[in-house]
Amino acid sequence: MVLVLALGDLHVPHRAADLPPKFKSMLVPGKIQHIICTGNLCIKEIHDYLKTICPDLHIVRGEFDEDARYPENKTLTIGQFKLGLCHGHQVIPWGDLDSLAMLQRQLGVDILVTGHTHQFTAYKHEGGVVINPGSATGAYSSINQDVNPSFVLMDIDGFRAVVYVYELIDGEVKVDKIEFKKPPTTNSAP
Amino acid sequence: MRTLAGVEDEDKWLAEGIAGIQHNAFFMHRALDANNLREVLKYSALMLSELRTSKLSPQKYYDLYMRAFDQLRQLEIFFKDESRHGLPVVDLYELVQHAGNILPRMYLLCTVGSVYIKSKQAPSKDVLKDLVEMCRGVQHPIRGLFLRSYLAQVSRDKLPEIGSDYEGDANTVMDAVEFVLQNFTEMNKLWVRIQHQGPGTVREKQEKERNELRDLVGKNLHVLGQIEGVDLEMYKETVLPRVLEQVVNCKDKLAQYYLMECIIQVFPDEYHLQTLEALLAACTQLMPTVDTKIVLTQLMDRLSNYAASSPDVLHEFLQVEAFAKLSNAIGKVIDTQLEMPIVGAMTLFVSLLTFTLRVHPDRLDYVDQVLGACVVKLSSVPKLEDARAMKQVVALLSAPLEKYSDIVTALTLSNYPRVMDHLDDGTNKVMAMLIIQSIMKTDSCISTADKVEVLFELIKGLIKDLDETNAEELDEEDFQEEQNSVARLIHMLDNEEPEEMLKIICVVRRHLMTGGPRRLPFTVPPLVFSAVRLVRQLESQGGDIAGEDVPATPRKIFQILNQTIEVLSSVPCPELALRLYLQCAEAASDCDLEPVAYEFFTQAFILYEEEIADSKAQVTAIHLIVGTLQRINVFGIENRDTLTHKATGYSARLLKKPDQCRAVYACSHLFWVDDPDGIKDGERVLLCLRRALRIANAAQQMASATRGSSGPVTLFVEILNKYIYFFEKGNPHITPSDIQSLIELINNEMQSDNGNTTIHSDPFFTSTLRYIRFIKQKGGLMGERYDPIKL
Repeated sequence: MVLVLALGDLHVPHRAADLPPKFKSMLVPGKIQHIICTGNLCIKEIHDYLKTICPDLHIVRGEFDEDARYPENKTLTIGQFKLGLCHGHQVIPWGDLDSLAMLQRQLGVDILVTGHTHQFTAYKHEGGVVINPGSATGAYSSINQDVNPSFVLMDIDGFRAVVYVYELIDGEVKVDKIEFKKPPTTNSAP
Repeated sequence: MRTLAGVEDEDKWLAEGIAGIQHNAFFMHRALDANNLREVLKYSALMLSELRTSKLSPQKYYDLYMRAFDQLRQLEIFFKDESRHGLPVVDLYELVQHAGNILPRMYLLCTVGSVYIKSKQAPSKDVLKDLVEMCRGVQHPIRGLFLRSYLAQVSRDKLPEIGSDYEGDANTVMDAVEFVLQNFTEMNKLWVRIQHQGPGTVREKQEKERNELRDLVGKNLHVLGQIEGVDLEMYKETVLPRVLEQVVNCKDKLAQYYLMECIIQVFPDEYHLQTLEALLAACTQLMPTVDTKIVLTQLMDRLSNYAASSPDVLHEFLQVEAFAKLSNAIGKVIDTQLEMPIVGAMTLFVSLLTFTLRVHPDRLDYVDQVLGACVVKLSSVPKLEDARAMKQVVALLSAPLEKYSDIVTALTLSNYPRVMDHLDDGTNKVMAMLIIQSIMKTDSCISTADKVEVLFELIKGLIKDLDETNAEELDEEDFQEEQNSVARLIHMLDNEEPEEMLKIICVVRRHLMTGGPRRLPFTVPPLVFSAVRLVRQLESQGGDIAGEDVPATPRKIFQILNQTIEVLSSVPCPELALRLYLQCAEAASDCDLEPVAYEFFTQAFILYEEEIADSKAQVTAIHLIVGTLQRINVFGIENRDTLTHKATGYSARLLKKPDQCRAVYACSHLFWVDDPDGIKDGERVLLCLRRALRIANAAQQMASATRGSSGPVTLFVEILNKYIYFFEKGNPHITPSDIQSLIELINNEMQSDNGNTTIHSDPFFTSTLRYIRFIKQKGGLMGERYDPIKL
């Protein structure tokens, strides 16, 4: 069992002062094995903060990130899953599932994690999943009117992944759960 | 008289003295065993004569005294037992007065006196008075001090205090107090006189030695503090005035400092509170060299702790007007002690403020008064340079922040910024950072323009270059941290009322614009987003339908935004400015303000054309331009055509062919928006895709020309996916045969690439084909549409 934290679009300090204190108290060091971050942190302090939660940190570059060392996209394998990571401003129309599915095919991943829209979504799509963890700070977005702070925790165990989404609504943290099993066939070439 | 003597000499003299005591003590014990009173008195007097020496330092003399003291206890036991010496204690009291020399005589008299009181054959007050008077006979400072110390010790359990055996009839607690006070006064006089003993050259050593003796004097105050029956009344009327009189009149720095400390420690807090006036008056009369600030600080610390101990005592503080009294006293001390370094004065203000915050947390006027006094003091001295004083000022300014956990409170203190003005630039910034951190920590919201104005005045050290700031001295990392803190702070300035919020934004903008090119890239983005948030709020409340006379309208805010971002583009920071223009364009579109949105796009395009030269930056900029434009629905046909035409033009002119290709096929989405009332120009979509295909071909040819083999088929597969996308969306210009031929094209490309018959080795292509197969298998309407395509 592996816990993977997925979050992004924090936009500190451009659009938010910091993560909500309730999230900070939940994200304690030592529990999470990997962090995948969809970018737009935007500053080093946030990078350093994420490192304190878990040193295994994977970040792709958002359009407001100063750090040019972050790649445009990234793939990694956790358990039996291949994960793909991309901020999403490169995929037009923004947040469009069919266009993201193309990126998923291109990267050849089971789970694609993107951001940019500041709206949590999780779709099962052609045997894979496309997840957007939303904005961890609930930052302003031109794409979505009402943004609640949210992040995603993935519990990956072999061929099984449980996706928990934590959303801060009116000061209360709400948790939702989506289960996903990888069909063995998607792994083999026709 | 003791003169400069070596340690060796002193050791020798001490050894001789001890030997003398032991020698005579030996004979005294023989006499004691024989119950021979005459011999006992003779040898004990001889033994005590050793204490007459003037050669020893206080430390060594103490050593000697202790030896004699041990022997005197044996003697006392003997005196107590009348059956052993056969004399009534009254007669014994007379008899010992025949000893030839005054010092041995007094020691013996004190010893017998103690037995006399214990026997209750005479009123204790008479005996005590007798003894304390007769001790005056010894005026040598060290000898006198130890003698009286002996008297204090043997009489300690025989004072007529309340509840003791010796109280009653004519003996009252007042007599006990009187006795201790008198002994204290005399001891202090002797102690002070020690300094006049030796030559001036050994002053330092002498002061040190004298300091070692202080507890002999202080012991009396402890006794006074412990006497049962000394109530507040008696303390206020008799004990404290007499002690303070001695403290003030002795005019000795060491004694004054030590005794004031003793008084504060020994007596209970509520007594201090009730006698505050007298205590503080004494403080202001101390010698100028006395470190009065420590004395006052200790007093205030004790009172603060007392106040914190129980809410019930707070009314006492109000009753005696503790704050006013302390504040006055501190003012007087600072005014009169001109020698006091500035750090001393600051320390005093810190203590007074701590006291105020603890005792009168609701009295902001008091807090401001303390800060005001601090300003007066700081204004009277040249520029503050002492680092320790600076630290105290920071502590002074931090205290209200910590106490009130709400910066808004500090903002109402009119003297707060005036104190900050006296800090040097570096410390000013440290303080500004502390203020920001305090706001962040407590999650305080600053909700009016006036308060924001005050706040920015406080943190101006971070907002702009102050006069003397030397840019080269600044550490880059520190600078970034500071500016990011300011950026974060902007999100804490918030008001639900759009009018007030706009005022806040204007105040912030005015301050931030003074920041210069290094700060603007940090501070402008949060300001912009704060403003677009307000636009969104107005828009959700119905926009500016109320008319132009409403102060806060989206149109007006967009004007401000335009001017603000323009500054950023001249910094120059074109990439950031472009992003912000696009954010504003979309916000303007949401407000249905077509000309405004068009203007923002124009600005973004100008930046793209004139300022963004880096090819990688261009690629990202194109993605953002196309992505934003694709979402905007406010434009009429003409404006939209102009902008899409420009965007496609930029795309086709990117440097690298693959970038060109990708940007061009992304532009296809500008002509097909998957909304019910979105634009659906299938033909132009197809044109874009064909153009992308041509570029992909050209890229492939270029690759074969330069590398001898054609590149991977990725671009073709990407375009294939776009065909599939629009085919599924129902674009009539994309036909199954288009898709079929594209698949064949890719197959051919791969074969020619490999030069053999291996097929389908590209994973992206493979998964795309798998997708088509998946849809066909799934059937339904979509599956049927795929029927003509053969894999």
